[in-house]
Amino acid sequence: MNNKRIFAVASIGGHWVQLLRIASSLETTHDVAYMSTHEKCASMVEGHRFYQIKDFSRWDAYKVIPAFFSALNTVRKENPSVVITTGAAPGLIVLFAAFCLGKKTVWIDSIANVNHLSLCGRIAKKFASRFYTQWEELATDSVHFAGNVIG
Amino acid sequence: MDKIFFMIFATIGTQAPFDRFVKMLDELCEGTDEEVIVQTIKSEYTPKNVKCVDFLSPDVFAQYFSRARLVIAHAGMGTILSALKQDKPIIVVPRLASLKEHRNDHQMATAMRMDELGYVYVAYDKKQLKDLIMQKDLKPLKHIGEQASESLEKSLAEFIDK
Repeated sequence: MNNKRIFAVASIGGHWVQLLRIASSLETTHDVAYMSTHEKCASMVEGHRFYQIKDFSRWDAYKVIPAFFSALNTVRKENPSVVITTGAAPGLIVLFAAFCLGKKTVWIDSIANVNHLSLCGRIAKKFASRFYTQWEELATDSVHFAGNVIG
Repeated sequence: MDKIFFMIFATIGTQAPFDRFVKMLDELCEGTDEEVIVQTIKSEYTPKNVKCVDFLSPDVFAQYFSRARLVIAHAGMGTILSALKQDKPIIVVPRLASLKEHRNDHQMATAMRMDELGYVYVAYDKKQLKDLIMQKDLKPLKHIGEQASESLEKSLAEFIDK
C-alpha cells in the first residue's frame, strides 16, 4: 500500500465509464480523486474527492482559457503525483495544466479510437509523460499498449 | 412475470441529438405492446410509439438499464461497456458524420470492430434494426467484468510508482 495521489479526469459518457474501469483498480493501492464534466458523476465515486470542470468542445477557445486556469488551481490544490485522463477536450486541458506544474501525466486514448488516435490524443502525445492506446495495431515506440478497458 | 422487467431501453448518449435513430426506432415500434424508453437529448422529433426521456442521472440511467431485456443505442463505448457488464444484449446504430450526427465517423469504426470481435449486434440501417428487434430472443454476446485489463492496471501502477 502506498499513498500516492492520483487525479483521474474524464468527460461524462464513454470517457468517464472507461476512466472508472481503469482507475477503480488503482483505488486499493492509491489515493484517487476524480474530476468530470457533470456534477452527477460524483455519485459514482462516493468516498472520493470529486471536482467538476465545465464541458467544452475543443473549438470553444473562450471556454478553454478560463478552464485552463481553473484546472491549474485544482491540480495545485489536489497536488497529485500523477494525472490520468481518458479524454476528451477537458481532460486534455487538465493534463496540460498538470504538465505545466511538473506532474506526471498519462493519456489513455479512448477505445473508440479504433483506426487512429483521437485529435485530442495527438495533442496530448506531444507533452504527456506516458501515452496509451487500447488497440495493439496503433502501438509504436512512444504509444504504449498494455490492454484495454474491456478487460 | 411483470411487464416492467421486460422493456427495451434505448439511449443516444449525453452529447448530441440523433433524431434519425429516434425516428427509426419509433416507426419500428408501431403497434408494439412492449414498453420502449428512449433517452434522448435536444430531440426535435416527436415520437408516437415510444417514450422519450431527457438526460438521466447515472442512478436513474442504471435503473432503466437493469430493467431492460434489450438495449438499443448509438455506437458509444460507454453504453456498450455498460451493456456487456450487465449481460444485456445490445444493438448499436453508428452515428454518421455525413449526416452531421457526430464530428467524425469513429462510431462507424467502433461498431464495425466490436461487431467483428463479436461483442455487439450492429444495425447499419433501418431494415437491419427491424430484423434484430423482431428476433425476440437476442442473447448477450459476451460478458465483461468490472475493470480494465490487469496488464493495463499493472503497467499504469508501475509507471505511477516509478
